[in-house]
Amino acid sequence: MNDMRHMERAVRVDTTKIAARDVQVFYGDTHAIKNVSVDIPDKTVTAFIGPSGCGKSTFLRCLNRMNDTISTARVEGHIEIDGEDIYDRRVDPVQLRAKVGMVFQKPNPFPKSIYDNVAYGPRIHGLARDRADLDGIVEKALRRAALWEEVKDRLSAAGTGLSGGQQQRLCIARAVATSPEILLMDEPCSALDPIATDQVENLIHELRENYSVVIVTHSMSQASRVSQKTAYFHLGELVEYGETGQIFTNPQDMRTENYITGRIG
Amino acid sequence: MTDATASGAVPSGAGQGSLLAKDQRTAKRNAAEGRFKIYGLIAVCIGIAALVLLLTSILTSGLSAFRQTTIAMQVTLDAERLDPSGVRDYDEMAKVTTFGYAPLLRDGLQATIAAAGIETELDPGDAMELISDESVAQLRNRVLNNPDLIGQTIEVNVLASGRIDGFYKGRVSYASAELDSNISPEQLQLAEALEERGALKTGLDWRFLTAPDASDTRPEAAGLGVAIIGSAYMMLIVLVLALPIGVAASIYLEEFAPQNRWTDLIEVNISNLAAVPSIVFGILGLAIFINFAGLPQSAPIVGGLVLTLMTLPTIIIATRAALKAVPPSIRDAALGLGASKMQSVFHHVLPLAMPGILTGTIIGLAQALGETAPLLLIGMVAFVREYPDTPLDGGFFDPATALPVQVFNWTQRSDPAFVERASGAIIVLLAFLLLMNLTAIFLRRRFERRW
Repeated sequence: MNDMRHMERAVRVDTTKIAARDVQVFYGDTHAIKNVSVDIPDKTVTAFIGPSGCGKSTFLRCLNRMNDTISTARVEGHIEIDGEDIYDRRVDPVQLRAKVGMVFQKPNPFPKSIYDNVAYGPRIHGLARDRADLDGIVEKALRRAALWEEVKDRLSAAGTGLSGGQQQRLCIARAVATSPEILLMDEPCSALDPIATDQVENLIHELRENYSVVIVTHSMSQASRVSQKTAYFHLGELVEYGETGQIFTNPQDMRTENYITGRIG
Repeated sequence: MTDATASGAVPSGAGQGSLLAKDQRTAKRNAAEGRFKIYGLIAVCIGIAALVLLLTSILTSGLSAFRQTTIAMQVTLDAERLDPSGVRDYDEMAKVTTFGYAPLLRDGLQATIAAAGIETELDPGDAMELISDESVAQLRNRVLNNPDLIGQTIEVNVLASGRIDGFYKGRVSYASAELDSNISPEQLQLAEALEERGALKTGLDWRFLTAPDASDTRPEAAGLGVAIIGSAYMMLIVLVLALPIGVAASIYLEEFAPQNRWTDLIEVNISNLAAVPSIVFGILGLAIFINFAGLPQSAPIVGGLVLTLMTLPTIIIATRAALKAVPPSIRDAALGLGASKMQSVFHHVLPLAMPGILTGTIIGLAQALGETAPLLLIGMVAFVREYPDTPLDGGFFDPATALPVQVFNWTQRSDPAFVERASGAIIVLLAFLLLMNLTAIFLRRRFERRW
């Protein structure tokens, strides 16, 4: 098992998908993110770990400009996706978010049918030509989220009637259905039981084939299980960033070591 | 430390002694709780008693408004008298006033009395006082609207006068008739005789709901027709104006507006507007809509606009509360998928807030339906006999009254028969309010049950 992991990690990680330079985030007078620079490669799972309030979720929300919805938040610095500055004035955050999907901490399906939940993104972005096309997109997204077999007979049932793990996979299917290039996950398993967590983690593994996945997690074991790259945040700073194996076995910074060995956090 | 504990420094009571025996503090707390329950029960009982008292008093004095005493008779419509020109021309026929029609009814009544074999000392003129003055006007209108009736003998069911009606509803007795210049015991005897022969009846009659108002001396003919239409028109205007404006304003303030001093100011002012006495809105309507904009007095359009202004704060406050109650995770979910702000609001937030918005709107409408004070100031207290036209024919600009104003109006009149009419109008008003509240509950259930 471990050997396999290391083999996977040996997979070339050359192209940079997201490049952040000197990112600062302020909430009013609070300096939440300090000078974060990071290169996130394509087709890998990158985990953000760190103690509560260290700014990992805040930084994640910068990547699809969800911080725009908070009126007091202010972002400085540069974040480029595929070489384009996403905080450029010409960028419409709505268009950006179609390219950078997001899965939230708490499963938040719309109070609509399972089908409508998944079909919502393709509908508003005009991705389907007709009903048959949309059916295909919905099925593909649900299959990719490993939910199809469980819900194929009740697509018109309410999405909110599913179990917690199913709801979270529905949310992943919903995010995948708009065919984003990057998938941001903000502690996607924190509200789930171990079995559902396992399902979602397996899913993240598969998603890596097509997407660049960034996952924020509280669980170090989860980070070591699913990610190839790991970034450790501490009090708004990016302390250490590197190969997951290296971070967990041979951390360079005292603070990372303390966190990983359970002395802080 | 251990010494202190051993020497009894810990206060006795909590956590000490047997659980089977209640200590003093527990007994005191239980007693306080018991007393509080009794206070609550008393308050609820007082409330229920007041409600029951109100309803019984209104129902006992008002239900009889839906019953009417009528006299059935044959009337011969004499062509000579009703259309002297003989051309059946409306304008020519309209020259014959109610004075021309009264003898027809008098003769009809005499014929009925004679056919029933009733002996009476009353001369035909006094017997005629059994019949409402309004009946003569009603007969004239019927003939004018349908000139073919002239020359025929028709069956009519005429309204009895207010005192006769009152006699069958317990307001008038032989003793009171002795002292009453409007009715005599002999007339009551004649009415009783007619009733025995089946010519005079007291029964259910919907004319109270359809007829227009009548003058001070004809309480038996006064109805709510114009008031119901006026109120319905105003509610329509309020719904069409206040709902979209209120919901749009709330969505803007709640979802789009930046949080700054201006929006704070607007927020405070909206809350204050909800507390402004309604009569102030009447003054506003008088100044702006009638004096400045030149809209007609007594018109439902003005009443509707004033009530819209009054209802807006209620709707805005309810809608904002409903929007606030929608979990932010739904907005995040939509925005995270690349929905625009407007799409997230209209596709997801608004449907979830709908039950709350509808409930607020209907409560606002119910408040507007029962509002009297502002309508008094814009002239809706006028005596209106003509039905307003349909909205398509400009009916919103025709004079009309409203249900609560009609109640106010009738309570001002001296004839005791108007007490019954006013109570009847209150029953109608309460029935409409009940209907609206039931609609609110129904809509709420329906929208909430969707998932």
